Amino acid sequence: MDELTSTFVTESRDQLLAMEDGLLKLEQAPDDASNLGAIFRAAHTIKGGAGVVECHYIEAFTHKVENVLDKLRNGEIPVSSELSTVLLECCDHLGALLDALANGLPQPEAAVQQRGDALLAELSRKFLGEDAAGGALPVEHEADLAASGGGIVVTDAWHISLRFGPGVLKNGTDPLSFLHYLTSLGEIIALTTLADAMPGAAQMDPECCYLGFELRFQTRASKAQIESVFDFVRDECTLHILPPNSKIEEYLKLIDQLPEDSMRLGEILVRSGALTQSELEAGLAAQSGAAAAGEMAAPPPIGEILVGQKVVHKEIVEAAANRQAAVNEKKAGEARMIRVHADKLDQLIDLVGELVIAGAGTSLLAQRSGYSELVESTSVLRRLVEDIRDSALQLRMVQIGETFNRFNRVVRDGSRELGKSIDLLITGAETELDKSVVEKLGDPLMHLVRNAIDHGIETPAVRAQRGKPENGTVQLNAYHDSGSVVIEVIDDGGGLPKEKIRAKAIERGLLDPAATLTEHEIINLIFEAGFSTADQVTNISGRGVGMDVVRRNIQGLRGSVEVSTNEGQGSTFTVRLPLTLAIIDGFLTGVGKAAYVVPLESVVECIELTETTAGRNYLNLRGEVLPFVRLRELFEIGGEVPARQNVVIVHYAGRKAGLVVDTLLGEFQTVIKPLGVLFRHLRGIGGSTILGSGEVALILDVPALVGLVGSSEERRLAAPRRETALTP
Amino acid sequence: MDDYPAKPLVIDDDMTIYQALAQKEQLLAALAAADHLELDLAGVATMDTAGLQLLILLKREALQQGKRLTISRHSPAVRHVLDFCNLVAAFGDPLIIPANA
Repeated sequence: MDELTSTFVTESRDQLLAMEDGLLKLEQAPDDASNLGAIFRAAHTIKGGAGVVECHYIEAFTHKVENVLDKLRNGEIPVSSELSTVLLECCDHLGALLDALANGLPQPEAAVQQRGDALLAELSRKFLGEDAAGGALPVEHEADLAASGGGIVVTDAWHISLRFGPGVLKNGTDPLSFLHYLTSLGEIIALTTLADAMPGAAQMDPECCYLGFELRFQTRASKAQIESVFDFVRDECTLHILPPNSKIEEYLKLIDQLPEDSMRLGEILVRSGALTQSELEAGLAAQSGAAAAGEMAAPPPIGEILVGQKVVHKEIVEAAANRQAAVNEKKAGEARMIRVHADKLDQLIDLVGELVIAGAGTSLLAQRSGYSELVESTSVLRRLVEDIRDSALQLRMVQIGETFNRFNRVVRDGSRELGKSIDLLITGAETELDKSVVEKLGDPLMHLVRNAIDHGIETPAVRAQRGKPENGTVQLNAYHDSGSVVIEVIDDGGGLPKEKIRAKAIERGLLDPAATLTEHEIINLIFEAGFSTADQVTNISGRGVGMDVVRRNIQGLRGSVEVSTNEGQGSTFTVRLPLTLAIIDGFLTGVGKAAYVVPLESVVECIELTETTAGRNYLNLRGEVLPFVRLRELFEIGGEVPARQNVVIVHYAGRKAGLVVDTLLGEFQTVIKPLGVLFRHLRGIGGSTILGSGEVALILDVPALVGLVGSSEERRLAAPRRETALTP
Repeated sequence: MDDYPAKPLVIDDDMTIYQALAQKEQLLAALAAADHLELDLAGVATMDTAGLQLLILLKREALQQGKRLTISRHSPAVRHVLDFCNLVAAFGDPLIIPANA
């Protein structure tokens, strides 16, 4: 795939997303003209791009879709849910066509092609009022409006009036080359060269420029972009740019402003398709009429006459101008973004990682040397390295909103299929997390949302019975919490039936009937392999392969997932993920000769382990029971136990636990090197890192350790209770 | 109209700002000396706005003086400029468009 095509595919996918977004909004606000415009523009952009890369099957398909959108925009056909469903399917199909293009196929596969034909036939039949047989696809612009005055009016083209000043040529610039350059932004539909300003042969200076041009220009570029073409000669030329769909008034004003004779200019405008003859005559007649009436007074500009005649409302003009400005601003905002290949970023992060390690080594050496100026300078260096690290990581941060927005469609389609009415509420869309995490998050989230739609939310009838509003709500929420990102999928449905889960787990052999589990543990059984409580297997979920895959995927990202539920009122799935996969601030500790790194964001405090706790695995932390684990025992490290041991108190997901270590060695920046395949099943170790001295330190997996400490303590507490219950 | 045989003038140089001053004199003199001037532009390798202006000026002068100006054998550069500026019809000369254009 060449570069152009790959850019087209990437950009088209963005446009497709925008289009889908717009279509989803359309149902809620059918009259939102700017939204309709945005949908149309997205389709138009894809079509234009397809033409450029000569991908005719996409061009032809989009063309038809665009026709329907155009009718929609002009109010010729109403917005209906049927229409938006078909259009959404068209979006899907376009996605498939883009895949075909990305895979370098000259034609989409037969199945895809068939679906496309079926969609086109449906569009033609239902919304274009053609029979399907007439669906041969002429790729041409059909948005032209034939007006009563005769001639064709191309409404969606810019009108550019250019008058070059005499000095342009002497300055070494050539007006023609600007016009040529203009064609790189779009297409010149009509061009008229004006030489009226040229004096007679005797006075004419061949090194002066006397030419002017009237252009009709079709482009996707913004006004600012068009203007920037003429930046070099801005001071020496008169430039008037009228946006597409400008009012007649504006053209008449333009005629007023230009030096040439009004009638002649008018003819040019008519010929180039900006105005119709009757529009022009009406406008000019009004102008000369006013001039005759007010003899002495200078004729008022035509725009004023039209406004005076109430032909155009001032508010409309202002509103149009404001919208134009908003669009321009948005375009300018887009222009400030650059696309960078993800590999380049990864390489940068890698290098920064190495820099961090090298920096740590240098500071260590500096400290050992005891040379205070060196220490000072390395500490400055270290601060800078930290800043670089933060900005480098920031580069990869993306807002989660885009991922969330995809679910609008899922919820809409899913609820329709199941005959439910469900609203999607998105909060915390601006929460940022690492791009690599976001990419892998899509599938697990999809499972969770589908589950909420399918199992969670009840049918309207059931909801009414239970005294809930008929519309169910699925909420996607995201926020930052102590170095991790929390993503919640909340539904206000039926909640998880605890007893049913327990029964099912026993039936499936996942749970010993005699086992005692906390409520929390029972409902989290749904993450075990082969578990589904839906009585009916539906299209959307319920094959019993979902939740364990979700958990595995999320654990693969060093995250965790759990569920809490309130029977009858809904459930909340909470996914916790690390902010980034590459570098962390660590807290270095030592046990025997080994060094362990605890991620700093999970450290709460450090205390000394007092001898009173000997033999027990919990201690009294200011009146609070704090379970702990001795790393020396856990990792089976030999050697003498020092006189003073320390407890590093860590927290994760609202739970605290202590890790008993020998020594505390302070803060340490850590680049995570993943463990090899061989060590994948190691519990309690999340990765490794290299110390400045070249030694290897292991990074502790705090979530796993907290889970380990917590569950063993809970079980110990739960066990006696069961015994007392059994013996009367 | 074609009472007088066309008097040919071959321009065998670029028509840009650098030649404009000299060419203006040359062209106007040629027009003054003929009733029907035929410009052979086959040798014009590049043409810019200044060159285009000269052609427009010459055409206008010819019309004002009731003379004829025809352009023959447009070089690709000339053809492109006239075509781009939508002036082919204004000059009214037959344009030979090569098959591989």
